[in-house]
Amino acid sequence: MFWNEKAECMTKQEKEKVQLERLQQTVKTAYENIDFYKNMFDEIGLKPEDIKTLKDIEKIPFTTKDDLRAAYPFGLLAVPREEIVEIHASSGTTGKPSVTGYTQNDLDIWGECIARGLKMAGAEKNDIIQNAYGYGLFTGGFGIHHGGNKLGAITVPISAGNTARQLSTMIDFQSDILTCTPSYAMYLGESRQKAGISLDEINLKAGIHGAEMWTDEMRKRIEKSLGIKTYNIYGLTEVMGPGVAQECEMQNGMHIQDDHFYPEIIDSQTGETLEPGQHGELVITSLTKTGMPILRFRTKDLTSIIDEKCECGRTTVRMTRITGRSDDMLKIKGVMVFPSQIEKALLKIEGISPNYLIHVTRPDILDEVEIKVEASKELFSDEIRKMEKVEKQISSAIKSETGLRVDVTICEPESLPRSEGKAVRVIDEREL
Amino acid sequence: MAVKQISVFIENKEGRIKKAIETLGNAGINIRALSVGDTSKYGILRLIVSDNEKSIEALEKDGFIVKETEVIVVSVSDEPNGLNSTLSILDDADINLEYIYAFVSSNPNEAIVAMKVEDTQSAIDVFEANNAKLLNNEDIEKI
Repeated sequence: MFWNEKAECMTKQEKEKVQLERLQQTVKTAYENIDFYKNMFDEIGLKPEDIKTLKDIEKIPFTTKDDLRAAYPFGLLAVPREEIVEIHASSGTTGKPSVTGYTQNDLDIWGECIARGLKMAGAEKNDIIQNAYGYGLFTGGFGIHHGGNKLGAITVPISAGNTARQLSTMIDFQSDILTCTPSYAMYLGESRQKAGISLDEINLKAGIHGAEMWTDEMRKRIEKSLGIKTYNIYGLTEVMGPGVAQECEMQNGMHIQDDHFYPEIIDSQTGETLEPGQHGELVITSLTKTGMPILRFRTKDLTSIIDEKCECGRTTVRMTRITGRSDDMLKIKGVMVFPSQIEKALLKIEGISPNYLIHVTRPDILDEVEIKVEASKELFSDEIRKMEKVEKQISSAIKSETGLRVDVTICEPESLPRSEGKAVRVIDEREL
Repeated sequence: MAVKQISVFIENKEGRIKKAIETLGNAGINIRALSVGDTSKYGILRLIVSDNEKSIEALEKDGFIVKETEVIVVSVSDEPNGLNSTLSILDDADINLEYIYAFVSSNPNEAIVAMKVEDTQSAIDVFEANNAKLLNNEDIEKI
């Protein structure tokens, strides 16, 4: 049941040998071809030859999302333009997006990683993959697509949305695998029930879901409402896209494709490397990327690593479910939101107090956001109609800044919580 | 001849109306009329009081947001159709009513209503043209 048994079931010795060779090659390539990395190394007097063991990776400074933004759009490419065949970008809600360029070889490896995941989910060559991730700059749609092609399965590029068509496609094509965000899977499951379509009419066996945080509770509901087994998938545009890691049938941690990506867990405050089992920020170094190699990228995602052979037989290390972020980024309805964006939107409204609170809940399936704003004399009116107008104005300013529809509540001055003099900006009550 | 009303923002939270009323009581303010406009999230307490300046000062000191706005106070004869005929004056002049609330009057033959309209001056003009009995702050003192 492995796509690539040799790569996925290496002994520790074999794996470390492969990782070191690839790391040394990646460091050399990055140093020789990317100014950013050359400067980074030169500044601290580090030479590619200094990386003699895997542990030596800790000598390399981190790469951050800001570094990627500063290099926008093509500053971190290691190859001439003619070798790049595809571009993807993160959503860029906080300014410039970060762009990733892929060579044909990178796409092949991306496909390879996804194919391993598809196989973990039980996909076979003659299966129909209903790919309901969005196609576009977002890596979800195309990433799965490349993997489906690699596996030789039949990929249906239906993209996200149009629920009626998703359901009719499930029935007419008898799709085997559904790939989409967990919240969309949940929505499709409920829509199936509402439409009176019985589980006998559809043929799905597995769902591969990621790109946002989800819970075991959601998993159970998706599995029940679509009659499938679900597999959590992880990835990020800066590093590649989905497929960096994925769960196998044990549903016990996501297997990191660690012959292509070298994971570390660090203390996000001190930057110190932590041991397997310890909880911290995931840092990833690409081991085989040629278009845009990346060294020690701080994902800001909080997780821990399980470095034990899995019951499925694979020896690739696993990462546990993402439990949060080391920065203040929120992922709401799959959209990246920073409190600073809300602040920016609020500042556009005259007379608004800079005190606000972002209250995120998930009463049922979908995230809900309430923005509480302290009233001021300027905002206040004796007429409800005018107050409602102000609320609408605030929510549309936030919508245009973040793309999110939010519920605005005006509350009394000084009523929002403050802790030790510092305002509390976010209350996230979703159980993730 | 508009009357100044004060409006207080009240969060939908236990005890907030009481707190505002208590603040006014402690400041020795007499409340002449009161109404609450409410939504699921907050309320707007509208008051006609004996001393606006003192009320605003006391409420703001206690952290309330207060606004002074003009309303029209009209005496309506206390009989069927009394209010309707008063409102008809506005209606005929195409003036929108934002909200309305009643006073308690010591005179058994009249009812007193406070109303907020879209265009206060035009409303005063048509009321006067129709001989409606408008009350000013002094009149209210005597109620």
